[in-house]
Amino acid sequence: MLRFGTARLGGRLRMTRTVALLALAGVALLAFAGDGGDSRVPVPKSPIASDAGARCVEDTAFMRRNHMELLKHHRDRTVHEGIRTTQHSLANCIACHASKETGRVTGSKEAFCEGCHAYAAVKLDCFECHTDKAKAAVTASAAATAASDGAGQ
Amino acid sequence: MSVDRGRRQILAWGAAMAGVTIAPGITLFDLAHGRPPAEGVSNNVRWGMLVDVNACASDCDACVVACDKENGLSGAKTATSAQWIRKIELTAPSGQTRSLPMMCQHCADPPCVDVCPTGASFKRADGIVLVDRHTCIGCRYCMMACPYKARSFVHEPLTDQKTDVPRGKGCVESCTLCVHRIDRDQIPACVEACAATGHKALLFGNLNDPSSEISRRIAAVATVQVRADLRLDTGVRYQGL
Repeated sequence: MLRFGTARLGGRLRMTRTVALLALAGVALLAFAGDGGDSRVPVPKSPIASDAGARCVEDTAFMRRNHMELLKHHRDRTVHEGIRTTQHSLANCIACHASKETGRVTGSKEAFCEGCHAYAAVKLDCFECHTDKAKAAVTASAAATAASDGAGQ
Repeated sequence: MSVDRGRRQILAWGAAMAGVTIAPGITLFDLAHGRPPAEGVSNNVRWGMLVDVNACASDCDACVVACDKENGLSGAKTATSAQWIRKIELTAPSGQTRSLPMMCQHCADPPCVDVCPTGASFKRADGIVLVDRHTCIGCRYCMMACPYKARSFVHEPLTDQKTDVPRGKGCVESCTLCVHRIDRDQIPACVEACAATGHKALLFGNLNDPSSEISRRIAAVATVQVRADLRLDTGVRYQGL
């Protein structure tokens, strides 16, 4: 009797374990499908970079979660210690991610920074002080201003 | 664990020898220039400027124009506009006049840093006094503390800032000695512009290096610090005042 009972118990345990494993696999599959991009939650479509062949300085998933930490860390090192490496500099982000049409990372829902920040409802205040234009675009707009100033005089 | 004192002593001598002067003006490694971008500033350098008032022309404002252009300032001279460098005329009781540029004096003991409640106003290791706009709350205590009236407050929203010079409404700002240029081994825009006019009234260099041109000039000619009575040890010195 005792032997039979143990076998029954063992069988039940095995079944429970199988169900649990199946459930886990199901959850993992769901999570994977969610990551695949074809989910019910709309994800903003940001332009990747002006230079399509270039790769970002870090992994995309890492940048999505941590770009603000990298920027904050870099800004303190730049302002206080004069370290001006370009790897995690805001100017360098803008140089790559500015829209091909406008040369900017804000200004519309399609722009790289503003598009995602508007979607996530996170205030973006970098550009109250920093320019949102790629460096080449800044030079071009300054030249245009100078030219129009010259024409006005 | 026992300490090998002999080895420690040799290490200490090695450290002392590394910066030793081989001959006057020649050191084993140059402390002021060629700093790699990944290396922070050090207090081996103290940036300073010497203004030769005799060479400064009263009808010239090339330094002011160059500063405005380099840093993206509007160039307006109203009570509320940002002015990082001003040309001022001094008249002695005898009627004799002097013209000179006045800007942040980059004090070794800056009163603006003393009074700042958030730590936004700070002195970089190489002696440049700056405002960290990320921390500035715009209280303007530093503007009141500065004996040189060197700081400005940004009253209006700004657009089209320079990539190298972020500026914005609600922060205090002043001459940075063109810190973004110094970090690229260039001289400040005002010094460059003054040299281009041929006046050569501004000299920029490392006050900590006895062999630099600025140190040699300060050792050779009579120079003054403005309001030397405050004992702020300014980085900007005046000759012929």
